[in-house]
Amino acid sequence: MAKITVDGQQYEVDPKLTVIQAAAQQGIEIPHFCWHPKLSVAGNCRMCLVEIEKMPKLAIACATQVADGMVVKTKSEKVINAREAVMEFLLINHPLDCPICDEAGECKLQDYSYKYSVGYSRFEHDKVHKPKRIELGPRVMLDVERCIMCSRCVRFSDEIAKQPVLTFTQRGDHVVLTTFPDTQLDNPYSMNVIELCPVGALTSRDFRFKSRVWEMSSTESVCNGCARGCNTNIWVRNNEVLRLTPRFNDDVNSYWMCDEGRLNTFKFVNSEKRLSGPFVKKNGALTRVGWDEAIAEAVSQLKTFKKSEMAGIGSAYATNEDNYVFQRLMKETIGTKNVDVVPHVKEGDEDDILIRADKTPNMLGATEVGVKPADGGLSLKGILQGIADGGIKALYVLEDDIASIPEIAAVLPNLQLLIVHSSVQNKTTEMADVVFSCSTYAEKHGTLTNFQGRVQRIRPAVSTIEQDRALDGFSMSRWDKFASRNDRWGRPNKRDARPSWRIASAVASALGAKTRYNTAEDVFQEMATRIPAYKGLSYLKVGSRGAMIQHSSKTVSSRPTVSV
Amino acid sequence: MAEPRKIIRSKDLSFWQKIYIPEIFKGLRITLSHIFKKKSTYMYPDERFKPPASFRGRPVLVEENGEERCVACGLCSRVCPALAIEVQASETELEKERYPVKFEINMVRCIFCGFCEEVCPEEAIVMSQNYELVFNSQEEAVFGKDKLLTPTTRLHDRLEFLRQYR
Ligand code: SF4
Ligand code: SF4
Ligand code: SF4
Ligand code: SF4
Repeated sequence: MAKITVDGQQYEVDPKLTVIQAAAQQGIEIPHFCWHPKLSVAGNCRMCLVEIEKMPKLAIACATQVADGMVVKTKSEKVINAREAVMEFLLINHPLDCPICDEAGECKLQDYSYKYSVGYSRFEHDKVHKPKRIELGPRVMLDVERCIMCSRCVRFSDEIAKQPVLTFTQRGDHVVLTTFPDTQLDNPYSMNVIELCPVGALTSRDFRFKSRVWEMSSTESVCNGCARGCNTNIWVRNNEVLRLTPRFNDDVNSYWMCDEGRLNTFKFVNSEKRLSGPFVKKNGALTRVGWDEAIAEAVSQLKTFKKSEMAGIGSAYATNEDNYVFQRLMKETIGTKNVDVVPHVKEGDEDDILIRADKTPNMLGATEVGVKPADGGLSLKGILQGIADGGIKALYVLEDDIASIPEIAAVLPNLQLLIVHSSVQNKTTEMADVVFSCSTYAEKHGTLTNFQGRVQRIRPAVSTIEQDRALDGFSMSRWDKFASRNDRWGRPNKRDARPSWRIASAVASALGAKTRYNTAEDVFQEMATRIPAYKGLSYLKVGSRGAMIQHSSKTVSSRPTVSV
Repeated sequence: MAEPRKIIRSKDLSFWQKIYIPEIFKGLRITLSHIFKKKSTYMYPDERFKPPASFRGRPVLVEENGEERCVACGLCSRVCPALAIEVQASETELEKERYPVKFEINMVRCIFCGFCEEVCPEEAIVMSQNYELVFNSQEEAVFGKDKLLTPTTRLHDRLEFLRQYR
């Protein structure tokens, strides 16, 4: 241990750390642009200059190792002057782009301009002009004028994404960030440079000019693109999801997420194909009905089958709570042993960074809470075989478009009853007799278990008609807070959807089951008492970083797979 | 405790006040004297009041060379204490990169404070001299770009006025 003094306060720190790391550990932020905890040290922005006693000049905190007895000053006059000088240099050629810059509002350069700069410019000449609106790759936009040459994006591409295509050309104030000839920034993690970039030089092409950052609410969630379950924030304006960004969790995804998850896991929430409510097949056509009618219809039809003629398919996309209530409905209330879940594995589509071949966020969770055949019950293969043979006549499917898999679609017409939970119109809902419109992961509370066995919380970011942003404790933007009924933004598009656990619980009640749950947390509390792996867990313990379950050996990889 | 209010008008009228006649003539004198003064009323709507340049009429968008100056930065929307402004940005081929596909001011919400004008980095929204606001429904009170865009030629006074304070 090394004893160091920072701004008059003594600390004991690991001698292997640099000054900036040691300070960060003690909760002292030394301003910096180019340094990043997960990238190599470049030391080029000079923003982290600090005064260290017995050193002749100011030193950069990111590249100076701590030593026993070191005395560091981060707020002395010398340091403040040096920072102001660094800021002045950075701003000399920086364009006055904030009004059209997507970074504005979450820009380090803006923030530091308020905190560490003098607040006016002494520069009277023409600024250097550089290329703007450059498509650096299919998903990232570059504005060279805004670049402060911190090289974070270069280091990320080299070190983390392992696609070294970015570099600087030219010298002095004419430096230009560019890609090597005939290359582009198109690796599966390319969009992480958008958050890494401390300014608005690298921005998202998908989110481009969609919204100012302060107009949105942000809600902690988990990506549902694969079994990794990267921690995310969901950004919503006017009840519409506009973007996802990664949220730091060192045990799961560090600071990153993949482009696929970022771009393709939220658009269905806003989609035109969302179901407008529950549907029941009448005279061969799906007809929109009320919830009570749909539940009554499902129940009366279910009652016409023998227990062994029915089967349930849970969902690796739905939450643990949904799957738990669903398997109780199937096994305890309906009384069938035939319960299983469809895996969605894309063989080979994985890497050793984040991406997993299992494209569902909750496979382990679904099986762990009981979505698996009871003793003597049929597994997925058996259920499909049973449907083909005519032994299984009724199927209840939770949040999974099983008909998009040709081998399953082939047998489904044999069924006499198909009940489906789905948030969007898809191949399975078209074949169904009863369709319940269920909330998406962005509209409900719940937990997902990733491939490591880490239970992680999701929270509602988009409101359905049965929810109220204020009363149900959503995170709210200023518009959400002050909207009145006669404002257009006070009448957002809300869908008539309910979380699957609530629907399954209502069906169970209609069939005579006693248990009732008011909230997803109620369900989780029951799981914590009934499922050994969940023992001692609560929403509070899961928190925003997740908590491990003691999972049994039966994991995703050991299961028979049907490819997506 | 506050002092009890002083009674300013005496309850007891004097003899001359009681008989009214002199008071009536006093009043008539004032009325008659106004016949020879300059009129301060307008024969609206045939005759209209033209406010000075410092007047804060309804906010409008400045149109220059057939395009709005606005870059849809959303600052006016953010600063508006009444939350009257809604801006949706989009991309344009023009050099400014960004423009408002939708720009709406809810005139029922607007309180004519002029903050939007003050915050705008582009001098793209200014307070006009227009004070005639009539609508028959809430929906009609939401002014879109069609009603807001005003060419610089018609905003000359205000733009000159603002210039003094740059
Ligand atoms: S990078 Fe930051 S400081 Fe530069 S224009 Fe964008 S928001 Fe403004
Ligand atoms: S583009 Fe951004 S991250 Fe890359 S060097 Fe420039 S400022 Fe740094
Ligand atoms: S502040 Fe000015 S430039 Fe920005 S959105 Fe409003 S009118 Fe447009
Ligand atoms: S004048 Fe004031 S209230 Fe009216 S739109 Fe502008 S900022 Fe809002």
